[in-house]
This record gives sequence, C-alpha cells and structure tokens, in this order.
Amino acid sequence: MTTTSAEAPQPLPVQPPPGCPFDPPEGLGRLRLEEPLSRISLPDGSRAWLATRYADVRAILGDRRFSSDTTSPGYPRSGMTGGAPVDGAARGFIRMDPPDHTRLRRMVTRDFMVKRVEALRPTLQRITDELCDAMAATDPAEHPVDLVEALALPLPSLAISLLLGVPYDDHELFQRLTGTLLSREKSEEERRTARAELVAYLDALVRAKRERPGDDILSRLATEQQDAGELGHEDVVAFAALLLIAGHETTANMIGLSALTLMLDPETAGRLRDDPSLIRGATEELLRFHSIIRNGPRRAATEDVEVGGRLIRAGEGVVVAVPAANRDGATFEDPDRLDVCRPNAQHHVAFGYGIHQCLGQALARAELQVVIGTLLRLFPTMRPAVPLDEIPFRTDMAIHGCHALPVTW
Amino acid sequence: MRVTVDPDKCCGAGQCVLVAPEVFDQRDEDGIVVLLDAAPPADRHEAVREAAAICPAAAIEVDA
Ligand code: HEM
Ligand code: SF4
Repeated sequence: MTTTSAEAPQPLPVQPPPGCPFDPPEGLGRLRLEEPLSRISLPDGSRAWLATRYADVRAILGDRRFSSDTTSPGYPRSGMTGGAPVDGAARGFIRMDPPDHTRLRRMVTRDFMVKRVEALRPTLQRITDELCDAMAATDPAEHPVDLVEALALPLPSLAISLLLGVPYDDHELFQRLTGTLLSREKSEEERRTARAELVAYLDALVRAKRERPGDDILSRLATEQQDAGELGHEDVVAFAALLLIAGHETTANMIGLSALTLMLDPETAGRLRDDPSLIRGATEELLRFHSIIRNGPRRAATEDVEVGGRLIRAGEGVVVAVPAANRDGATFEDPDRLDVCRPNAQHHVAFGYGIHQCLGQALARAELQVVIGTLLRLFPTMRPAVPLDEIPFRTDMAIHGCHALPVTW
Repeated sequence: MRVTVDPDKCCGAGQCVLVAPEVFDQRDEDGIVVLLDAAPPADRHEAVREAAAICPAAAIEVDA
C-alpha cells in the first residue's frame, strides 16, 4: 500500500444521519468536498480508495483498467456481501473482466433488452393488480398492511422467477438466503453457508431444467448453450445465482422507498397522479435520490491510473460511493431536492456505469413505473401506519431500503 | 448530424433505446445496439446527444 498515514483511515460510511433515512450515509458529503478520493479501511484492516465525486465515479467505472475480477491483486473483497469471496466460474460475470464478462453477459442481454421488457409490461401490470387487489381486500384499520411483504418484494420476485424459470413456491427459501447474503451483519461464515445452500438448490433446479426444459432463461442456458459446449453446468448455476440475487432485493427496496417517499410528499404524488407521463422521469429521479447500492461497486486498478488528481496504483482497490456521486452538485443542481422533472435525472449512476452497468435496468424501471402508477391510482390515500422513526430501515444491509413498511389508507 | 455506434463496445444496457427509440434499437439475437437512423432529423438531435452522454460503454459517437 502506498499511502501510510499516522492514523488508520475511517471505515466506509454506511449510516445515514440519525432521523434522516433518505440522506446519503453520513460523512460522504464532506468527503466529496474535502477529499473526493480518500482512503478507507475495510473490516479486515486492509485499505482502499473511496471515490465520491460523480466525475471520478464515472471515470473509474468507465475505465477498463479498473478490474471487477475479485481475484485481481488488491481487489477490495473485505466487507463485501452477496457471498462474494468465491473464485472460479461460480462468482458470476458481475465479478469478471472481458473477454469472459463480455461473452457471458451477451448470452443473456437479449432477455433484458428494452423491447423484451416492454413485451413483459402487461404481465408486470397483471401481477401488480393481483397483489393490489389482495391488499384492497384487507381492512387496514384492523391490520396495517406491510407494503414490503404485500407488494414490494413479491413483484420483482415473481418477475425474475418467471423469467428464469424458478418455481415461485420456492421463494421463501431464496428470499431467506438472499437476505442473509446481502446482510452486513451476518458473518462471512453465515454468508458462505447461505451461498452454498442457494447453489445446491439452483444446482438441482438446473439439472431438472435439462431434463424437462421450459420456456425460460435457465432452460435455454442449460440446453442450448451447454450442448454447444459454451457453458458448463457450473456456469449455468452461476448465472442463476447472479440473476436471482441481483434481480429481486434491489428492485424490492426501490419500490418500498419510492412508495414511502411519495406517501410523505402528497404534492409530488398529486402531480404524478394527474399526469402519469411524469412517472418515467420520476422513476429516474427516485433512483438517483435513493441510490440504494451502499457497499460498492468495487474495483481493483490493474495499472497506475490518475483519477481526480490522485494516482491510484496498480494493485490498489477502489470502492465507489454511488449515493455521493448521485448527490454531487457539480452534476445535479440542488442535488438534495427530489425533483421529479429534473432534466438530467437519467445521468444518475444508480445502476453503475461502464460495461457492468446493470443488466436488469429496463426491468427494474418497468417494475417501478408500474407500481408507482398503480399505487397512485388505486390507493390515493395510502400513508404510513407508523411514524417515520418507527419504520425499520435497512441500515444493516448492503442495499438500502426498509425491512417493513406498515401502511394504511 | 452523423451518428455511429460501436457494437463491440456496447453492453446492451438499452439506455439509448429509452432516450431515442427512433434512432436506436437492440438486436433480437443478442441485445446489442442497432442504429436505425445514422442521419437523424433536427428534432431528434437533442435526444441523440443525451443517448451518447449516458451510454455507459461510450459506444455512441455523434458528429456535429
Ligand atoms: C432498482 C434496482 C436495481 C439497482 C439499483 C441495480 C444496481 C446495479 C448496479 C449498481 C450494478 C453494477 C455493479 C458493478 O458495476 O459492479 C448492477 C449490475 C447488475 N445488475 Fe442490477 N440493479 C437493479 C436491478 C436489477 C435487476 C431487476 C436485475 C435482473 C436480473 C439486475 C441484474 C444485474 C446484473 C446481472 C448485473 C451485473 C452486470 C454486469 O456485471 O455486467 N439488477 N446492478
Ligand atoms: S446505451 Fe450504449 S451500451 Fe447501452 S445499448 Fe445503447 S449503445 Fe449499447
């Protein structure tokens, strides 16, 4: 490591300031101003760079000299969630570099492309309507409904299960396992066990798909690609694990936070209800504003690279602070204000940037747009059933959001 | 305005299709960018510039 300062650097800021659950983690704003590329210490005592400025974050994520490969020298693995510290094909293409990354990502890119997702929109709407009907059939005065359990989690879960061909009846199993995988408070040991359990489940599922293929992504990968010799069984299991983990907690948390934000801001909610054409831009702004990815993305420099006036040396690790970049006043005017008509909202890096930018972004956007529109229409009086400070925010997780969101209407 | 795309760089994120659907599409077989209109009319220039600005893979180039 190059910089040796007398005092050990601070850990990665993860907690929003007390009482301000929608603010970025405390300390990021000051770092962006005073030391946009700073040193942090990771849980195992190792060091990494932390990038907080929008321009630097884009420069790093858009530069292939920064590797996503968790086995690259200096990759900042300590404190990662998602069961990351695995080697070989099982780590999934999110943790690989070209050419492997390119080859594998391109095998599933068409399944998530814009027109494929648009064709899926009626299905997303039907699922959302059914979940909302079930909510409407309950009496919230008697029992507040947990919006996370009733809608925010089942919609993305059902959608990704449908696309992958994972039986939804198994959702309790994989929701529990992905929950453990993404928790910052579980030990590395617990995350390893959860990952092994998930892989065992998916291993059996992929074998079953080979026997009796259906019309879904896993069946296609398990038959066509495997038969063409392009993919091994292990690769297909890795695809399944990556898409399942990446595809459901993320969107679920964005749905919960977006619904809560609009419940607390009736004026904005009213504007969107009166003019649903604003929902598309509002979704981008909500993605920017909440920036739910709190523990990365992470990279390792494979060469010496100058970023924002600092020299990052080959073999050094970098953690990128999405919430800080998305609140950078140099790019977003009045950045701490939620402005659903912000002209450049879509410039956000909530889905990352560069060749690893979120594969599922069109799907995530469509799910969010459908949910926001439907809730505004069907539940115009929906509001939190408890005061804000009693809502359990996921300050312990790598993905920000709420564990539960009790609502009434 | 002349637009060019580099399919080798493209990662199929589809941002260009969201912003300028008359100019960009994605290939059915692999989701990689297809240019529908290399010389788009003036009323689409702003959207095309926006697409080039947010393309995560710097796969879109705009002349003038
Ligand atoms: C609001 C919801 C979502 C957010 C905020 C989000 C965020 C992100 C981010 C920041 C990355 C970049 C990681 C990196 O650079 O290392 C990423 C990658 C990825 N996301 Fe998402 N995501 C969301 C929803 C989804 C969905 C619904 C899917 C569905 C399958 C998905 C699948 C993926 C995959 C496969 C990657 C890896 C792409 C690659 O490495 O090339 N995500 N996501
Ligand atoms: S925005 Fe860029 S990376 Fe995404 S599909 Fe278009 S050209 Fe490809």
